[in-house]
Amino acid sequence: MNWISKMFSSSLGQKLIMAITGLFLITFLIVHCTLNSLIFLNDGGVTFNAGAQFMATNPLIRIVEVVLFIGLILHVAKALVLTLNNNKSRPVKYASYDGKANSKWYSRSMGILGSLLLIFLVIHLSHFWIGTKAAQFNGTILSHNTYLELKEVFESPLNVLIYLLGVISLGYHLMHGFQSAFQTLGINHKKYTPFIKSFGNVFSILISFIFAMMPIAMHFDIIK
Amino acid sequence: MSGNMNINLKVWRQKNGKSQGKLVDYKVENVSPDMSFLEMFDVLNDRLINEGKDEPIAFDHDCREGICGSCSMYINGRPHGPNQGVTTCQLHMRSFKDNDTIVVEPWRSAAFPVIKDLATNRSAFDRIIASGGFISINTGNAQDANNLPIPKGDADDSFAAAACIGCGACVAACKNSSAMLFVSAKVSQLALLPQGAPERATRVLNMVAQMDAEGFGSCTNTGACEAECPKQISLTNIARLNREYYKATLFSSEG
Repeated sequence: MNWISKMFSSSLGQKLIMAITGLFLITFLIVHCTLNSLIFLNDGGVTFNAGAQFMATNPLIRIVEVVLFIGLILHVAKALVLTLNNNKSRPVKYASYDGKANSKWYSRSMGILGSLLLIFLVIHLSHFWIGTKAAQFNGTILSHNTYLELKEVFESPLNVLIYLLGVISLGYHLMHGFQSAFQTLGINHKKYTPFIKSFGNVFSILISFIFAMMPIAMHFDIIK
Repeated sequence: MSGNMNINLKVWRQKNGKSQGKLVDYKVENVSPDMSFLEMFDVLNDRLINEGKDEPIAFDHDCREGICGSCSMYINGRPHGPNQGVTTCQLHMRSFKDNDTIVVEPWRSAAFPVIKDLATNRSAFDRIIASGGFISINTGNAQDANNLPIPKGDADDSFAAAACIGCGACVAACKNSSAMLFVSAKVSQLALLPQGAPERATRVLNMVAQMDAEGFGSCTNTGACEAECPKQISLTNIARLNREYYKATLFSSEG
């Protein structure tokens, strides 16, 4: 089994972990975004709460939650290792550096965007996930009203601002990350790469837009 | 002559690999727009030698035809300067304006240590090639050209990858100073041809291992290398390198 450890300690193997966990986290975003979009039904959170309760009680989802956290930790840990190594590979920096001449700013800022996302995630989990976890342990999950929590959190303009910044970081992180993951997997061909790139851009903008609409709609009472 | 320019240079001067370097200002007057960038340095060096105060500026150059991969100046924040698809020797002063200030630095990478001024040691690339960038061939009479059928598309892709001159602009441009574009070109040019098949798996495994050992960074797919490559080597080669690497690891008995 030496070949496995050899592969995953090489730069290419570590990047493979980044790509696979990245795409896995994207599938989570799709589920998360779809479920949260139930608030747009504007039915006082009845359907949304039913969905949230399903997610909080279904045993399969509980297992996937653990896998999700492992994926997230791997993605962050590998990013940290690779970034530190990349910084070491250029000890003397350039006096003049014209990055915009050859690449997009967000493709060069994945570390910063990812760090912003991580900070956002800690705030986000403290807002919602911890409450749900506590309810799970106390056995009060069936009466737990996540929709009410949403309303309370998004009453604060500061929270709305934090969520918008988080969502913007997410959008740019995905714009590069989506197509970059396919390139790392070795999927690059003139037949489908243009599609992957444009699909990635549309997906990133769309999912960020839908996420951004949630705090805005709640704050301005568009959703009762 | 009319149309000649005055250029303000800020050039990285460093005595040797151990000493600290710094940017030094030079004013070069009466520069013809038809001069190449390197010829402008020749003029400046001529002056420095005649004045006898300062040592001439060390920089790499050989063919001055854009094919050898020796010249390696990082000009105003970009390897080989502002133009696409050219090396520093094929960059001409008409690409600049009168009284422009131009910052000239060496390639910056832990794997390319500075020897002196603008000259860096790029033997790391040679060691990567030695680790697998070759094929075993039969000696004796040359085979008939059509003995080995090769699809036209593969031959074209292989030839496009083989255009890499190993100058290191990809490393210089990359924010991680990754050598992926170079290694991917060298793996691709052989992986696409039947002659490259016998060493296919060992080649990619050894070359990637050597690339990592040399201290190059990893690829974050920004595409800066492709944009700055004087031979316009395509990013599809990097995807092929990834595929070749996974295939060799998972499906060959090597590694």
